[in-house]
Amino acid sequence: MAPLHSLRMPRDCDGNFIHQVEKESRQQISKCYQCGNCSASCVYTYVYDYPVNQIMRLIQLGQKEAVLRSSSIWLCANCQACTTRCPCNIDIVRVMETLRFFSVEQGTVSIKNVQLFYDEFMKSVKTFGRVFETGLLAIYNLKSGKPFTDVDLAPRVLKKGKLSITPHRIRGRKQVADIFKRFEAYRNKKNLD
Amino acid sequence: MNQTVKRIAYYPGCSVMGTAVEYDQSTRALCAALGIELVEIPDWNCCGSTPAHSYDPLLGAALAGRNLSLAEELGLDVVMTPCPSCLKSLKGALREYQEQRQSFLDILQMPFSGRIRVISVLQMLYEDIGPEAIREKIRYGFANKVVVPYYGCLLSRPPEFARFDDPENPVSMDQLLRAIGLSVPDFPYKTECCGAAYGVTQNHIVGKLTGGILDMARHLGADAVAVACPLCQQNLDLRQAQVDRHCHTSFQMPVVYITQLLGFALGIDPKKLGINKLFVSADDLFKGTSEQLEKLTEPTTA
Repeated sequence: MAPLHSLRMPRDCDGNFIHQVEKESRQQISKCYQCGNCSASCVYTYVYDYPVNQIMRLIQLGQKEAVLRSSSIWLCANCQACTTRCPCNIDIVRVMETLRFFSVEQGTVSIKNVQLFYDEFMKSVKTFGRVFETGLLAIYNLKSGKPFTDVDLAPRVLKKGKLSITPHRIRGRKQVADIFKRFEAYRNKKNLD
Repeated sequence: MNQTVKRIAYYPGCSVMGTAVEYDQSTRALCAALGIELVEIPDWNCCGSTPAHSYDPLLGAALAGRNLSLAEELGLDVVMTPCPSCLKSLKGALREYQEQRQSFLDILQMPFSGRIRVISVLQMLYEDIGPEAIREKIRYGFANKVVVPYYGCLLSRPPEFARFDDPENPVSMDQLLRAIGLSVPDFPYKTECCGAAYGVTQNHIVGKLTGGILDMARHLGADAVAVACPLCQQNLDLRQAQVDRHCHTSFQMPVVYITQLLGFALGIDPKKLGINKLFVSADDLFKGTSEQLEKLTEPTTA
């Protein structure tokens, strides 16, 4: 990721970006005056490329590219510390969700494994109605190219009788799949508007 | 309330079907002992958890909305869940019903009144039962045991959403643990994030963050960490060996559910509380009173 001082702010400025983020997140990012409470509260700053207060400022400065390629938005764990402490009552977690959504749309996802895990999780829910932990991990290991993820845990989980071999298919799984379909149709329509 | 049986809808959540089975067992056993009848929502579905609300709140809201609709069909006015992430999704459904009603209902396509109340098991224990009522029911004490309460992120945050306890310094678990005779020191890490769902994708983050929590617990002389979240418990307990490797240490710190501790204090058989399902053994914590316990529980468990 480009260090902050090397960003070419005027050239790369997308004046519409803040409005897009504000509209989708229903949060007033223009109110942020850089107090830094969010970053002071965030236990993930040490793995972020931009601390969360800088993300907020970069949105204000129309730095769409830098923000949507940032690793920070994919390493945020929705822990709510920033949202709880923001003196401007900005739901920062909601803003980060919005940015993840935009970065998927733009194809600028920085931490692909996190997205892969989320997507496979949702596919599992869509298929069975409930998430199938064992199957999810197997597919994640296969697709992420990290086949040994958590294999050290398997024997212990098995020993405690906590490893389920087959998914639990609920009766209403079609109802659940239909919720996904209607949601996708709603998103497609919203994007066209 | 604890004199009469109260019926509430119960949403277990996917994690208690697998790695957090003892949370479900102990929640059910404790509620039975407290005169609360749990009616499991029939054919409940996954709420979407973190992955659903990582993009657009409407999908998670609609998935959770199906469960609330089914709970309304039961004619019950309260839904209780042991999982804070499920709690967030279920409450998210109520919020989206207020904020984007038409879109929410269009995606859900089920009857939905939005009048049902959603609470966590901790909130139910603290607000609807209360530490005093728990204290009156104690049959076993924990002699000289120190337990630190770890709340995690979502049980009291953000405050306008959670509407429970204090977002910066929650005390509900502290008071419930004191009520059953445990020694509870101030725990500065009580709401610091454990690494959440990054155990799989970014394991080193859980190593550092959970390591910090366990290290503080050790410094305070804790015999165990008490939790009320299946994901926190997984990171602190199941992944403790990974955290040990990350921190070059061996914590050997039991991580137990609040429902297991209260259940034991109320005289419920440890087997029914799933004590044996924990990865780091908590037998020392529940030691010494088990013989007495067998005698006392014999007539009721026959």
